[in-house]
Amino acid sequence: MSLENIKHITLVLSGKGGVGKSSVTTQLALTLSLQGYSVGVLDVDLTGPSIPRFFRIESSKVRQAPGGWVPVPVHEASKESEEQNGNEHIDSTNGQSHGHGALYCMSLGFLLANRGDAVVWRGPKKTAMVRQFLSDVHWGALDYLLIDTPPGTSDEHISLVETLLKQATPAQLSGAVIVTTPQAISISDVKKEINFCRKVGVKVLGVIENMAGFVCPNCSECSNIFSKGGGKVMAQEFDVPFLGSVPLDPMFSRLIEEGKRPFYPEGTVVDGKQMQTKDDLLETGTLVQNYTACSLFPLFDGMVKELVKTING
Amino acid sequence: MAPSLEEPLQPVDDALDAALKKTPSLVAPQPEHCPGPESQNAGKGDACDGCPNQAICASAPKGPDPDIPLITQRLAGIKHKILVLSGKGGVGKSTFTTMLGHAFASNADNTVGIMDTDICGPSIPKMMGVDDETIHVTSTGWEPVWVSDNLGVMSVQFMLPNRDDAVIWRGPKKNGLIKQFLKDVEWGQLDYLVVDTPPGTSDEHLSVNTFLKESGVDGAVVITTPQEVSLLDVRKEIDFCRKAGIKILGLVENMSGFVCPKCTHQSEIFRATTGGGKKLAADMCIPFLGAVPLDPRIGMSCDYGESFFDNFGDSPACKALKEVVRNVGKSIGVNPDEILADD
Repeated sequence: MSLENIKHITLVLSGKGGVGKSSVTTQLALTLSLQGYSVGVLDVDLTGPSIPRFFRIESSKVRQAPGGWVPVPVHEASKESEEQNGNEHIDSTNGQSHGHGALYCMSLGFLLANRGDAVVWRGPKKTAMVRQFLSDVHWGALDYLLIDTPPGTSDEHISLVETLLKQATPAQLSGAVIVTTPQAISISDVKKEINFCRKVGVKVLGVIENMAGFVCPNCSECSNIFSKGGGKVMAQEFDVPFLGSVPLDPMFSRLIEEGKRPFYPEGTVVDGKQMQTKDDLLETGTLVQNYTACSLFPLFDGMVKELVKTING
Repeated sequence: MAPSLEEPLQPVDDALDAALKKTPSLVAPQPEHCPGPESQNAGKGDACDGCPNQAICASAPKGPDPDIPLITQRLAGIKHKILVLSGKGGVGKSTFTTMLGHAFASNADNTVGIMDTDICGPSIPKMMGVDDETIHVTSTGWEPVWVSDNLGVMSVQFMLPNRDDAVIWRGPKKNGLIKQFLKDVEWGQLDYLVVDTPPGTSDEHLSVNTFLKESGVDGAVVITTPQEVSLLDVRKEIDFCRKAGIKILGLVENMSGFVCPKCTHQSEIFRATTGGGKKLAADMCIPFLGAVPLDPRIGMSCDYGESFFDNFGDSPACKALKEVVRNVGKSIGVNPDEILADD
């Protein structure tokens, strides 16, 4: 069984589309990997797979092995991490060079002949694909499997949870991270998703509020484009943990879209640390190395530590 | 079942064709790889072996769905039907749908209807400020909820006993509801019906297309945001429209650029690294209807269920929207001056 050697399975859910499920999944995966864990990302958004684009591996194809598919590697574990394997994980905030865990992806996007092709499937076909993704992918031994989902509470979600409840042990299925944006329109859909989790018995690990504010790169004025504070209020209302607010950072999209290392104006201090400026820009590295320079990394680093603590009880 | 590397695509034509046929009543859920109870191969495919529905599917008459003429008749009084589509979620389909509704309704001579087919995440009622309403059932059918004298709305949200309840439905059930919306809602005489859709290319889209085909759809407005992550999904939606024979009225780029209210510096929050909507429209040979900038007040208006059009008529975003509405009008052969009465 392909889920056998996975320690924790975490879903990333949201009732609303375009709130940043895939972007949050990507950042959770990169951060977990930077903290030394081995991570797999499964994209069950069948009609709009974004994960290949986010990890900049759109041209990769899935390989077939006896009895299953081999997921696409984003990067392998670094040496330091392998030596550390099984020991204490390195504290990633010390700023020293440190190891990172392996990162693999699986998405329907890898199976399409042409990236513009529409996938026009009705429910039963989607169900079959979700099941196949859960049973036929050779993940190997993983610390975390993150599952990115499409918006809504329909076929993909029902099949996913059904299959997971059947095939994974309760200890493996750690729960769901809910993503929302601050405005009321999004919150009202996301509430439905939390009710979905309650109904099917999936634990809500916490709520992440994405797109909370945009800092003008010119005058540092923060505009709340999509209102503010909605995620926290909702988390309190439903009595689930609030993990944090993530602002809009154009440098993150630049990193994803162009693969360029983020830099910030002089005097940008995040978490007590001066962010990299244009002048001391390093030569481009891998995605995971570049992500450490992003202003969102310290935020996610904190949230992921909190999450890991919750998951491990 | 052993996985295969062959392209996992069901030909779109098959899916579209099958959707036009009548569905037999089944005794068990459809199995994996079900060819579809409506399809020509129903009951004969490999997946059908051992399925409790096999005999029903194999013997059911493969005629056209008898409800389609009923729908056509019901919608006969509607002059223009416009779909709002996008492969990607959260790009502003519902926001644009409400804007289009308000814009059409700003001329008191027009009667406008908005139908929300997003069953798992309906946003229209909240954006229109009518999320506490319920539907009235009369002898002629379901009465839509009227926001103003000439603007009616229909959404699944009105039927939920508790508005935070999740609608945990699989495809066939969703299709049934959409059909009922089209068949049973008493729209009366409408000038425009704007249909909002969920993200993706799946059950809802196939159903809407199938059921409306006979009665004639003017076309679809496709919404995108400038970044490639969104364009990627929208490209699929355009591919879907082409294969399904839905005419594309044009592409709208939403959330393009943000002007800082303090220093008026323009930032590209969702960077158009691959040329944005304009380039996509050119590549796909479809009209580009316009770009609407981000404005925090649009989101706020939606949250409070107010009309951004009426409240901030002078903002740059509103001007851009009006331009888009005018272009939509042109593409369906209506004099733009008749749509926006005030200017």
